[in-house]
Amino acid sequence: MRIFDPHIHMTSRTTDDYARMAAAGVLAVVEPSFWLGQPRTNPGSFTDYFDSLLGWEPYRAAQFGVVHHATIALNPKEAGDPRCVPVLDLLPRYLDKDRVVAVGEIGYDSMTPEEDDAFERQLALAVEHDLPALVHTPHRDKARGTRRTLELVAASGIDPGRVAVDHLNEVTVGLVSGTGCWMGFSIYPETKMSPPRMVEILRRHGTERVLVNSAADWGVSDPLLTLETANAMLAAGFDEDDVDRVMWRNPVEFYAQSGRLDLTGLTAAEPSFAEPTFAGSSIKRGGE
Amino acid sequence: MNRPVEPSVKPPMRSSGTPPVQASDESIERLRDAFQGAPQEAWLDGAVEAVAGRPGSIARSFAAAGRRAGRAPLAGVPGWSADEAARALLLAALPHDRLTPETLDLYRYGDADEKRAVLKALPLLPIGTAAVPLLLDALRTNDARLLAAALGPYARHLDQAAWRQAVLKCVFTGVPLNAVDRLDERADAELAAMLAAFAEEREAAGRPMPQDAEALLRRLTSEET
Repeated sequence: MRIFDPHIHMTSRTTDDYARMAAAGVLAVVEPSFWLGQPRTNPGSFTDYFDSLLGWEPYRAAQFGVVHHATIALNPKEAGDPRCVPVLDLLPRYLDKDRVVAVGEIGYDSMTPEEDDAFERQLALAVEHDLPALVHTPHRDKARGTRRTLELVAASGIDPGRVAVDHLNEVTVGLVSGTGCWMGFSIYPETKMSPPRMVEILRRHGTERVLVNSAADWGVSDPLLTLETANAMLAAGFDEDDVDRVMWRNPVEFYAQSGRLDLTGLTAAEPSFAEPTFAGSSIKRGGE
Repeated sequence: MNRPVEPSVKPPMRSSGTPPVQASDESIERLRDAFQGAPQEAWLDGAVEAVAGRPGSIARSFAAAGRRAGRAPLAGVPGWSADEAARALLLAALPHDRLTPETLDLYRYGDADEKRAVLKALPLLPIGTAAVPLLLDALRTNDARLLAAALGPYARHLDQAAWRQAVLKCVFTGVPLNAVDRLDERADAELAAMLAAFAEEREAAGRPMPQDAEALLRRLTSEET
C-alpha cells in the first residue's frame, strides 16, 4: 500500500516517525505552514520557518525515503496579529519556489475582518502564482466558518477544483461536496475525525475529490492514522483501488496542479508510481 | 537537531544528497557555452538580459531556474547541474553595484537548491570577501549539500580555524573530502591533531573512520615524520 499524506506538520515530529511512516508506506507528504502553538511576534519568525520547510525538513525526510513538499502562507490563527501581517509582503518570494505546491494553510480562525483580508489577499496570490490553495476551516463555529469560506472562495475567482477545504466532518462535508472544491479530512486520535467515521463519509459521498490526512503536529495526533483509515476502508468492503485512489492518486492529482510536485525519486525506485494519468505532465521533475 | 542526521540511516533519495562536488575552476564562459543550442537557451538568454536591465527580476528567474533550465548534469562541465549553471549565469549578469546585495538576498531567501547554487557560483563572481558570511551560514547547517558547496575555491577566504572546523564537520557528517578545494595544500598539523583525536573517539566507539579522512590523516602524519 502506498500513502501520500497531504497535510502533516513534520517539523514537529521525530525521526522515529519518519522511520515508522516509511515502513508503513507513507512515502510522500505535504507540510502546510501553520501556527507553532506559541504565537510568533515578527515576520522573521515566519521566514525562518519557511526556510526550514524548504531546506532542512525535505532533507531530513529524504534520509528516510520520504518525499517532502510544502505549502506556504500566513496561517489563520496569526492573520489577525498586526505584528505578523507584514509577512504577506514576503510571501511572493516563497511562492515561486520549486517545492511549494499550494498557498496554505489559509482561511478562518475567528472570522474577523483582519482574517477576511489576509484570506482574500492570499487567494489572489494563489491565482497570481498559479498555485492551488489549501484552506483550513475553523474549529469553533465550523459550519458558519465553512459557509463563509466557500463564499469568499467563490468571490475570489479561483477555480474551485484548485481549492481544498480541510478539516471537514459529517456536518460540513455536505456544504462543500457540490462546490467543485476538494474535501479534506483530518483523522485525529480523539478530536476532528476518526477512521470509522471517515469510512462512513466515504460510503456516503464516494471517493471523488476526497483527501485524507493525519494533520499530525505537536498536539495529540498520529502520523499513521492514514494507514489505519486505509485498513478500515478495506475492512468495510472498499477495494484496493478505492484505497489507492483516496490515499495516493487523489492527493497527487490535487497537488500536481501546481506543476511542482516532484515524485521522480519514488518513480525511479518503483516505476508503478508513475501513473499514466500524470506521467508526462506536471509531476515530472522539470515539467513546465 | 543537535546531532547530525547519520548518513548511514538511508541514502537520500536525491542524488545531490552526497554531492560529488569536485572543486573546479570553471568559468562563467564555460558554463554559458554549455547551453549553446540547448532547448533552455532561449529562456536563459531572456532571463539574463532581463537581469542586466532590471536587476530585481532575478528574484523570480533565480527561483524558477530548476523548472526552466532543468536539473540534469550539464554536459561538458563536470560537477555542475543545469539549474546551478543557469543560476550562476543569472548572478553574473547583475550590474556590479547590485551584485553583493542581490547575492546576499538570494541566499537568504533561497531554498536548499538555490543556496547551493549561490555557494557554487561565488568563486566565479567579482564579489571579493562580501559573501564570506554565506559560507559561515552554510557551515552552520547539517545539510551535506550545503557543506560541500561551501568548501569550493571561495573557501580560500575562510580563516584557517574556520576552515579546519569545516573539514572536520565534513568527516563527521559523511561529506566526501573530495568536495574540499585545495585540501592537501591547506591541511596542517592542527587539522592532523583534530583528525587523530576524532579517530580515537571513533575507535573507542567501535565505529569506522571514513576512509578518505583516514587517508588524509596518514598523509599528514607521514609528512611530519
